[in-house]
Amino acid sequence: MKATVWMGKDSVKVVKVPDPTIMNARDAIVRVTSTAICGSDLHLYHGYIPAMRKGDILGHEFMGEVVEVGPQVRNLRPGDRVVVPFPIACGHCSSCQRGLYSVCENSNPNAGTAEKIMGHSPAGIFGYSHLLGGYAGGQAEYARVPFADVGPVKVPDEVPDDQAVMLADVLPTGFMGAEMCDIKPGDVIAVWGAGPVGLLAAASARMLGAARVIVIDRYPYRLRLAEEHVGAETVNYEDTDVLDALNAMTAGRGPDACIDAVGLEGHHGNAAVYAYDRAKQAARVETERPFALRQAILACRSGGVVSVIGAYGGFVDKFPMGAFMNRSLIMRTGQCHVQRYTRPLLNRIQRGDIDPSFIISHRMALKDAAKGYKIFQKKQDECTKVVLKV
Amino acid sequence: MDETDPMMLDQRKRRDRGTGLPRVLGVVSLALGSGGLLAPRTVARLTGVDDSPAARAVIAAVGARELVHAAGLLAGRRPAGWTWTRVAGDAVDLTLLGRTWADRCGERRRRVALTTAAIAGIAAVDLIAAVRAGRARAALRRVIDMEVAVTVNRSPAEAYRFWRDLENLPRFMSHLDAVRTDDLRRSHWIARGPAGRRIEWDAEIVDDQLNRSLAWRSLPGTRVPNAGRVRFVPAPGDRGTEVRVRLRYAPPAGALGRAVAKLFGEEPEQQVRDDLRRFKQVVETGEVVRSEGSPDGISLRQQVMQRPAQPLPVARR
Repeated sequence: MKATVWMGKDSVKVVKVPDPTIMNARDAIVRVTSTAICGSDLHLYHGYIPAMRKGDILGHEFMGEVVEVGPQVRNLRPGDRVVVPFPIACGHCSSCQRGLYSVCENSNPNAGTAEKIMGHSPAGIFGYSHLLGGYAGGQAEYARVPFADVGPVKVPDEVPDDQAVMLADVLPTGFMGAEMCDIKPGDVIAVWGAGPVGLLAAASARMLGAARVIVIDRYPYRLRLAEEHVGAETVNYEDTDVLDALNAMTAGRGPDACIDAVGLEGHHGNAAVYAYDRAKQAARVETERPFALRQAILACRSGGVVSVIGAYGGFVDKFPMGAFMNRSLIMRTGQCHVQRYTRPLLNRIQRGDIDPSFIISHRMALKDAAKGYKIFQKKQDECTKVVLKV
Repeated sequence: MDETDPMMLDQRKRRDRGTGLPRVLGVVSLALGSGGLLAPRTVARLTGVDDSPAARAVIAAVGARELVHAAGLLAGRRPAGWTWTRVAGDAVDLTLLGRTWADRCGERRRRVALTTAAIAGIAAVDLIAAVRAGRARAALRRVIDMEVAVTVNRSPAEAYRFWRDLENLPRFMSHLDAVRTDDLRRSHWIARGPAGRRIEWDAEIVDDQLNRSLAWRSLPGTRVPNAGRVRFVPAPGDRGTEVRVRLRYAPPAGALGRAVAKLFGEEPEQQVRDDLRRFKQVVETGEVVRSEGSPDGISLRQQVMQRPAQPLPVARR
C-alpha cells in the first residue's frame, strides 16, 4: 500500500510499504478514506518529538471502512464506516475504566522508555514516535487498529467524512479544552492559537455557554475564521499587547479561563522574547517555547482555570510559578481522552450543534501529502487544515 | 520474606556445599595440630627429623599453627579465606621439608620423602578446596535476586488463577519457551538462551496459598538453581491487585553462567519488570500489546532497537 512516512527533519514522503495485517485478536484493519494532518504532526515534522525513525508511517487522524477484524472484535464488521480515536486504549485497565483513555496503562509497548522521561507512560498513539508505542499511523491506504472493540465508532452515512474525521482528534481535543474550563454563565474564555484545535475549542466554549470567547493568534485569516464561524472576538498578538488587551476587554478581571491551544512551538510578538526561547530550544536547554502558556497564566483571573491542550513534549523554562501559586490558579491538561467524547460529539454534529468541517482549508490526494505538510508548515494559501483523501 | 521461606533455604544449601570440604580439612588440621603439640617426639621420628635439635620446637610451632587453621575452618565463616591459609601453611611445610631432605640420608631421608609426598597430596586437596570455596562465594555473589511489583485491575483470585496455571508463564515471561506441568506440584521449565541454547529444569511448588501467594523452586540437580514467589495483595480502595514477585537465580560459573546472565540481559530487574507489564496486559486485555515498532511486544532490547513504524514485511509474519 501507499503510506506517508517520516524521512527526517522537514521531510515526509509517500512510499510503498507492506499492507498491514491483524497482529492481535482485538485488531481491525481499516481502509482509510480520509486522514488529516494535525498541528502536532508538524512537531514531528520539525523534529521536536524524540524517538522518530526514518520510515515511520505518520498520521493519527483517520477514518475509513473496516475491511478485516480479529476474532475478538464483535462490535465491528467488514464494511462498517468508522472514525478512529488517536489514542490507543485497551478499555480494561484502571485508567480506561475511569475514562482516562489517553493514559491507558497497557497500550504503549515501549512504556519503559516513556517512563524514563515522563515518570509513567501515557497511552500509545498512532504514528506518533516510538516513545508513544511505535505504531504505524493512518496517513496511508490501510491502517491496523489495535483494540478495535474499544476505539472506533461507527459513523452513519449522513455524516460526511469531512465532519466525521474531525472526531479522531481536533474536535474532541478542542471540546475537552473547553470542558476543562468548567464554564459557568457569564464566563469569558480566552483561547491562545487559532489553529484547528483552538478554533474548535473556541466553538466548544461557545457551545458550552461561554458569554464571550476571545481568540489570540497572529494570522488574520485564522482570526477571521474565529470571528465568522465562532463569533469570537480576536486579538492579533503581532500588533497588540495581549495582556493589556485582555484586561481592557474584561475591565481588569482577566478571562475566567484560558485555553493554551498552541503548545511547544509557540511564537511571540516580541522578537527578543521569541529569540530567547528559540535559542534555548535550539541549544536543547529547553524543549519547548511556552509563550502561550506563560501568557495564559499571567492573563487568567485569580482562581481561574488554565486549560492546556496544546502539545508539550519535555521541559519548559521560566514557568511563572509565582503567579500560578499566589493567584490560586488551577491547571487542567491532558492528551484528549477521545473515546470519552466521540459518541456524544457525533450526536452533536448530527443535531447540528456544531459543524467542525469549517476549519478545513485544503483537500488533496494522499499522494500529495508532502505538499500538504509543506503548505501547512508555511501557512501558505491560508492553510488551516489539510485533509488527505485516499 | 521470613527465614522459613523456601528461597532462603535454597541459599543456605548453596553455602553448605561450599563449606563441606573446608570443614573436613578443619578436622585434619585439628588432628595434625594436636599431634604436633602433644607428641612432638613421635611426629619427629615418623617424619624422619628426630636427629635435629630444633625439630621439636618447629613441630610444636607447626602444630600450633594447624590449631589456628582448625579453629578458623571449623567455625565455618569465610571458608575460602581459611582454606587459603592452609595452602600457605603447606607451602611453608614443603619448604622446610625440602631443606631437611637435602641433608639427610638412608632411612631418615626415605621418611622425609614420604612426609613430603603426603604434605604435597594434602596441599593439592587444600588448593582444590580453596578454589572451590572461592567459586561458591562468587556464585553467591552472582545470585540474581530481585523484587518487582505491578498493579493489575483484576481481583487477587483472578490474578492468582492465571499464575497458578504455570503453563501460562511463557505468555508473559519472555525468557521462557514453555512450562509443562506434570502434576499439581511438579513442572518442567524450558528457557531459551542466547544462540538458541536451551536451558531446562524441573521445579516444584513449595508453598501454595489460595488467591494469596505461590512459591516455587527448581529441584536439586538443576544447573541453574532458581526460585520464585509471587504474592497477590489487594490494592487499597478497589484498585485491583498488587502483584509482588521475588525471583532468585544462581547462575553457575563458566559458559552456562554467562548464557544465563545474557538471558536476563544487563538489567535483569528491567526484564522482570517488562514481564510483569506483559502479565498486566494479558490478564487485563487478553493479549500482549504489539506495535509495528515493537512487533513482539514489550522488551527492553526491542525498545532500543525499534523497527520503523510500518507493517512487517511478509517474510517476518
